[in-house]
Amino acid sequence: MESVVARAGLWLAALFVAIVFFVNAVDTGFAIHMAVFGLAALAGLVIALRGTNYLAAAGGVRVVADQGRYDDDLIRAGVILTTFWGCVGFLVGLFIALQLAFPVLNLGFEYTTFGRLRPLHTSAVIFAFGGTALITTSFYIVQRSCRARLALPGLAKFVFWGYQLFIVLAATGYVLGVTQGKEYAEPEWYVDLWLTLVWVAYLAVFVATIMKRKEPHIYVANWFFLAFILTVAMLHLANNMNLPVSLFGSRSYPVWAGVQGALIQWWYGHNAVGFFLTAGFLAMMYYFVPKQAERPIYSYRLSILHFWGLIFLYIWAGPHHLHYTALPDWAQTLGMVFSIMLWMPSWGGMINGLMTLNGAWDKVRTDPIIRMMVMSLAFYGMSTFEGPMMSIKSVNSLSHYTDWTIGHVHSGALGWNGMITFCAIYYLTPRLWGRERMFSSRMINWHFWLATLGIVFYASSMWVAGITQGLMWREYGADGYLVNSFAETVAALHPMYLLRAFGGVLYLSGGLIMAYNVWQTIAGNLRQEEPLRLAAHDPAKDVPLAKGGI
Amino acid sequence: MTAETKKEPYARHKKLERNVALFGALAFAAVTVGGIVEIAPLFWIDNTIEKVEGVRPYTPLEQAGRNIYIREGCYVCHSQMIRPFRDEVERYGHYSLAAESMYDHPFQWGSKRTGPDLARVGKKYSDEWHVQHLSNPQAVVPESVMPQYAFLARNDLNAGDMKAELTALYRVGVPYSKTDVEKANDDLKTQADPAADPSDLVKRYPKAQARDFDGDPARLTEMDALIAYLQVLGTMVDVDGAKAQEVLAKEKGR
Repeated sequence: MESVVARAGLWLAALFVAIVFFVNAVDTGFAIHMAVFGLAALAGLVIALRGTNYLAAAGGVRVVADQGRYDDDLIRAGVILTTFWGCVGFLVGLFIALQLAFPVLNLGFEYTTFGRLRPLHTSAVIFAFGGTALITTSFYIVQRSCRARLALPGLAKFVFWGYQLFIVLAATGYVLGVTQGKEYAEPEWYVDLWLTLVWVAYLAVFVATIMKRKEPHIYVANWFFLAFILTVAMLHLANNMNLPVSLFGSRSYPVWAGVQGALIQWWYGHNAVGFFLTAGFLAMMYYFVPKQAERPIYSYRLSILHFWGLIFLYIWAGPHHLHYTALPDWAQTLGMVFSIMLWMPSWGGMINGLMTLNGAWDKVRTDPIIRMMVMSLAFYGMSTFEGPMMSIKSVNSLSHYTDWTIGHVHSGALGWNGMITFCAIYYLTPRLWGRERMFSSRMINWHFWLATLGIVFYASSMWVAGITQGLMWREYGADGYLVNSFAETVAALHPMYLLRAFGGVLYLSGGLIMAYNVWQTIAGNLRQEEPLRLAAHDPAKDVPLAKGGI
Repeated sequence: MTAETKKEPYARHKKLERNVALFGALAFAAVTVGGIVEIAPLFWIDNTIEKVEGVRPYTPLEQAGRNIYIREGCYVCHSQMIRPFRDEVERYGHYSLAAESMYDHPFQWGSKRTGPDLARVGKKYSDEWHVQHLSNPQAVVPESVMPQYAFLARNDLNAGDMKAELTALYRVGVPYSKTDVEKANDDLKTQADPAADPSDLVKRYPKAQARDFDGDPARLTEMDALIAYLQVLGTMVDVDGAKAQEVLAKEKGR
C-alpha cells in the first residue's frame, strides 16, 4: 500500500512541477513540451492508481510476480512500437527525399521545411526505431540469456515509457523549431536531462537483471549491450553540457564552442554510430542469428577479440568527420588511422555472424529470416569497409560534404540496422503472442527483396551523386577557372535524387508489408500459402531405369 | 598451471564474464582513452585557442539571427568551414580559421553541402538579394532546392530577453562587457533601425553593420535578424591583412 501511495505521490509531484513550468514558460515550444510532460505525469498517476489490486493490498498481501515466467509485457509493446516508428521514420525519409527533388514540397510552412524535417527523420529512425528496438530486444535477451525474470519491473516500465516520452518531446521539438543545432544531438537541455534520467534507470535495470542471473557466465550479447549503455551515457553527458538561458525557456547554449565543440560533437556523433547503431545491434545479432540458425556462435575467441577491439578503437574515430577543417592535423590523422584499424574488429563481428551459419547454409533457401540476416551482415561488412575507406584523407577530400556520406550512412542504417531489426521482429512476434509462425513467410520474402532492392537503388544513386558533385566542385577548365557554378552541381543531381526516392518507396513498401504481417500475426491469423521450399522431389521417380524397361 | 593455461587461453576472460561490475569498469575504461587523448589537448594547444584580431562576439541582432539559423536547421544543408583546397578557396574565400568560430556556441561547421558553404557569405550579396532569395530561392536561382522562407519576413522578431541570452553566453565564455549585456535589448533594435544612432554599438562591436535589412524599416522581423547574421559571416577577420597573414604563417599542422 505504501508503495502505491509513494508512486502516486511521485506522479502527482511531477504533474505539479509540469504545471508550474507550463504557467511560467517564456516560449511556446517550452509551454507545449511542459503540457506534454504534464499529460504524461497524469497518465502515470492514473495507471498507478488503477493498476493496483486494492483488495490484496488491504489484506496485507504483497502481489509477487511469478519468477518462473519472463516479463514480456513491455517487449510486446516494444515490438509494436518498433514497427510503428520504423514506418514513420521511413515515411518522413521518403518525404524529405522528395523535397530535395521537388522543393515545392516544402509547402511554404515553417513546420514543413527540409531543415526541420530532416532531424525528425534521423531521430525517428535512429532513436525511435533503433532505440525502441534496442531497449525491447535487450530486455528480451538479458532475461533469456540470464535465465532470470527482469529485475526492478517498475523501473523497467519507467525506462520503456520514459524513452517513448523522450521520442515524442524530441520529435515535436524539431517541428516547432526547438533544437540545439548539433546533428543527432538536437533535443534541448530539458529533454536531455529527461533522457539522462531514463538512461540511468536503464543501466540499473539491465545490470540488476544480470546480477540475478542463473547462468554462471554473462553471454556475449550482454557485453555489447552493457558497453552500449555505458558509452552512450558518457557521450550524451559530455556532448550536451548546456547552460539554459532561462529555467522556463527552451533555449540553451552549449558550454563547448568552435573547434572544441566540433570535436566533442563528432566524438559523440561517430560513437552514436559505433555504440548505438553497432554495439547494440551486434548484441541483437549475437542472440537472434544463433537462435534462428539453431547453431552455436562460430567462435568464442573471435567474439572476445572483436568485442574489446571494437569498443577500444571506435572511440578514436570521430575526427574523420573533420578532415581538412580547422581541427589540428595530428588529431585528423589519428582519427584516420584508428578508423582504418577499426575495419578489422568490425569484420570480426561479420565473420562471427556469417560463420555461425556453417552447417545451416541450406536455410538461406528455405528461411527468409535467415536470408535477411545474411543480407544484414553482408551490408554490415560492406559499410564497415566503406567507412574506413572514406576516412582516408585523400578520399575524404572528395567525399566530404557530398551525398556519398548520405549513401554510406544508409547502406549501414537500412542494410545492417534495419534488416537485423526486421529479423528480430519476425523472430519475436510469433513467440511473444504464442503463434505457430508469422502470418506469412512469403511476405517476409517480399519484404526481403523490396528492402534489398531499395537499398541498392539508394546506395548506388548516392554514390553517383556524391562522386559527381565532388568532381564537379573541383573541376578546372583549360583556362584555369572553375568550370561549374554551385547551382549547376545541384541541377546535375536531380535524376539521382529521383532514383534515391524510388529506392525509398521500395524500402517503405517493405516496411508496410512487415507492419501488415505483424498485425495479422498478432490477430492470430495464418495465411494459407505454399511453403518456401526446395525444388520438387518425387522419390518414386528417383530410381535407375530397370533392365529392359521402358 | 601452464598446462591449464594452454588449454584455456581465455581463463582470465572467463573470470571477467562472471563479474558484471568488473566487466563494466573495464569496458568503460576502454572507451574513455581515445576521447581523452584526442579532445583534452584542444583546450590548451595554441592553434585551437589563439585569438585572431577582428574576431568579436556577435551583436544581439546577429546572435538572434544565429538562433534562427539554428532553429531552421540551416546547418543541415550549409557548411561554415572552408577547407584549404584551391577550388574551395576560389569558390568561397580564404580557408576557415579555428579562431573564427571560437565564440560560436554551438559551432555550425556542418557536414553536408546541399547548398554552398556560408563561412564567408557576408557582404557578398546585397540585403535585397537575401530577402528575395530567402523568400523564394527558385526565383533567384532556378536550380535551387532550398525551401522557401517567406515566413521570416512575416514574423516579428521575438528573440526573447537579449540580456538573459548574452548573460548565458557570457557564462559559457563569450567576452561580452557589462555594457554589452546591459544594453542588449536596445542594441537589438538599434542595429536594424535606420532612425537610431548606431555609433555606440559600432564602437563596442567593431565593423558591425547597422541598417534596415529586410526592406521594411517600420518593423523588426526575423528576416532582419537572419540577414544581419548572414552579412557578418566571415567579415570579422581581414584574412588578407598583414596581421592575419603573420598568424597564419606561424600556424602549424594545417
